[in-house]
Amino acid sequence: MIDDGSLVSIRNLRFYRGERAIFDGIDIDIPRGKVTAIMGPSGTGKTTLLKLIGGQLRPTSGTIHVDGEQVDRLGIRDLYRLRMRMGMLFQSGALLTDIPVFENVAYPIREHTGLPESLIRKLVLLKLEAVGLRGARDLMPHELSGGMARRVALARAIALDPMMIMYDEPFTGQDPISMGVLVKLIRALNDASRLTSIVVSHDVREAAQIADYIYIISNGKVIEHGAPDAMMNSASEWTAQFMNGLADGPVPFHYPAPGLEQDLLGVA
Amino acid sequence: MLEQLVRLGRIGIGSLEQLGRGHLLLLHMLAGISALFTRPRLLVNQLYSVGVLSILIIAISGTFVGMVLGLQGYYILSQFGAEQTLGVMVAASLVRELGPVVTALLFAGRAGSALTAEIGLMKATEQLSGLEMMAVNPVKRILTPRFLAGFIAMPMLAAMFSALGVMGGYFVGVGLLGVDDGAFWSQMQAKIDLYDDVLNGVIKSLVFGFVCTWIALFQGYNAVPTSEGVSRATTRTVVHSSFAVLGLDFILTALMFGE
Ligand SMILES: Nc1ncnc2c1ncn2[C@@H]1O[C@H](COP(=O)(O)OP(=O)(O)OP(=O)(O)O)[C@@H](O)[C@H]1O
Ligand SMILES: [Mg+2]
Repeated sequence: MIDDGSLVSIRNLRFYRGERAIFDGIDIDIPRGKVTAIMGPSGTGKTTLLKLIGGQLRPTSGTIHVDGEQVDRLGIRDLYRLRMRMGMLFQSGALLTDIPVFENVAYPIREHTGLPESLIRKLVLLKLEAVGLRGARDLMPHELSGGMARRVALARAIALDPMMIMYDEPFTGQDPISMGVLVKLIRALNDASRLTSIVVSHDVREAAQIADYIYIISNGKVIEHGAPDAMMNSASEWTAQFMNGLADGPVPFHYPAPGLEQDLLGVA
Repeated sequence: MLEQLVRLGRIGIGSLEQLGRGHLLLLHMLAGISALFTRPRLLVNQLYSVGVLSILIIAISGTFVGMVLGLQGYYILSQFGAEQTLGVMVAASLVRELGPVVTALLFAGRAGSALTAEIGLMKATEQLSGLEMMAVNPVKRILTPRFLAGFIAMPMLAAMFSALGVMGGYFVGVGLLGVDDGAFWSQMQAKIDLYDDVLNGVIKSLVFGFVCTWIALFQGYNAVPTSEGVSRATTRTVVHSSFAVLGLDFILTALMFGE
C-alpha cells in the first residue's frame, strides 16, 4: 500500500472537531526529497494536518504513514523516536520564552545528544547563521519580532538535521528581503541534505516558486494536486480562483453563516 | 425539569472526566521522577523558584502569626495564672495546625498560582506542543521537576513558618509581656512531643505539598489555552487548593489526634 517514493502517505483521513468535519476523507502523498506545498484558505485545517502528521492529534479514521510507520498507532516511545527525525516550524514560533535565542536552538541538541559544549556552540552558531540571526543569539524571545522569532524557530527545527521539516506559514511576517532569503533557504536545505519539506502557506507566489508539488485543500477535501505549472493553468475554476487570489468564484471567503441580512435584522 | 437533569448529568460527567485526567497526569508525573536523578539541575532550579522565592512571604507571615499567638495566648492564659505555659501553647498551635495549614494556603497563593500561570501560558503559546514535536515529553521535562520541588519545599517552608512563629511568640510573650524566659522554653520542651506534634505536622505539610502542587500543575496543564482560560485556571488553583487544604486538615487532624 505504501509506495517507496513517498515519505508521508495519508489514506482516507477523516478528522472531526466535535460535529464538524475538518477532513472528510483525504489522500495525500508527500514525495521524498521534494518540497510539497499544502495550500488552502484560512481555517481549512492546514495546521491541523501538520499536527496529525506529527502525531499530536489522532485521526477519527483513516491512516497516516510516515517513513513506513503508522503514526496514529505508535506508542509514545516510538512516536518520540520518530519525531526526533521530524522538524516542525510552528506558526507562532513556539520558542521557549524563559531562555535566550542561543539556548532555544541548542535545546533539542542538548536534550537528545551528549555532544560536548564546544561542538554544540559551533552547531548552534551555524544554524543561526543559516537564518541570518547569529547576531541575535543573546536576545530573549520577547525581544524578537514575529518574523525573527519564526526564523529562530526554523534554526531550532533544523538543529538535529531531521529527515523532514514541516513549515507552518513560514512566510508570514517576513519582509521582502528575508522572504527571498527564506525561500532560497528552504529550497537549499531541501536539496543539500535530501530533506523532505512540507510547506503550509497561503502565499501562492512563494509557495509556487519553491514547491515541486502542490496540494490544495478546502472544506475537508483535496481540491486539486499537481506540479505548480499545471496548477497555475488549471482548468478548475476553484484552483484558478485560489491561485490568482480572486474574490469571486466557487471558494467561499466566509465561514459558514446565515445570510447577512438575516443576521443584521435579527430575524431568527 | 428534564433539561435540569441533563445539565446536572453533564456537570457530573465533566467533573469525573477532570478527576480522571488529573489522576492520569499524576501518574505520568510520578513516572518521570526517576529521570530526574540523572538531571538534578532541573529539580534544583525549580526548588529555587518554588521554594526559595516563597521564603520571604512565609517568614514574615510566620513571625506575625507567632506574635499574635503570643498576645492572644497571654491574655487567655494569664486569666488562669498559666502564662508560664505560653511557650507550649504557641508551639503546639504552630507545629500542629497553623504551620502546615497557613503555609499551604500561602503557598497556593504565591507558588501555586505562579505554576498554573506559567504552565498555562506555555500551553497557550504552543511551547508545550513545540516540546512534544522536539520529542521532549513536556510532562516529564517541565511538570515533574516542579511537582517534586513543591512536594519537597512545602515541609521546609512549614518548618520555617513554625520556627519563626515561635520566635515571634517569644518576642511578644517574653520580651514585651514579661513571661519567664526559662519557663517559656522548658515547658515547651517538656510538652511538645516529637512524634505526636512535630512528625504529625510534617506529615500534614507533605500531604498539602503533594496536593497543592498537583492541583496547580493540573490546572495549568488543563487550562483553556487563552488569556482568559489561564486567568480562570489560576483562580481555580487558589480556590481548589484552599478547600483541599482545609478539608484534608480536618480529616488528618481527626485521624492523628482523635483517639
Ligand atoms: N482546539 C480546537 N478546538 C476546536 N476547533 C479547532 C481547534 N483548533 C482548530 N479548530 C478549528 O479547526 C479548523 C482548522 O484549524 P487550523 O488551525 O488547522 O486552520 P489553518 O488551515 O491552519 O488556518 P490558518 O491558515 O488561518 O492558520 C478551524 O476552522 C478551527 O475552527
Ligand atoms: Mg494554521
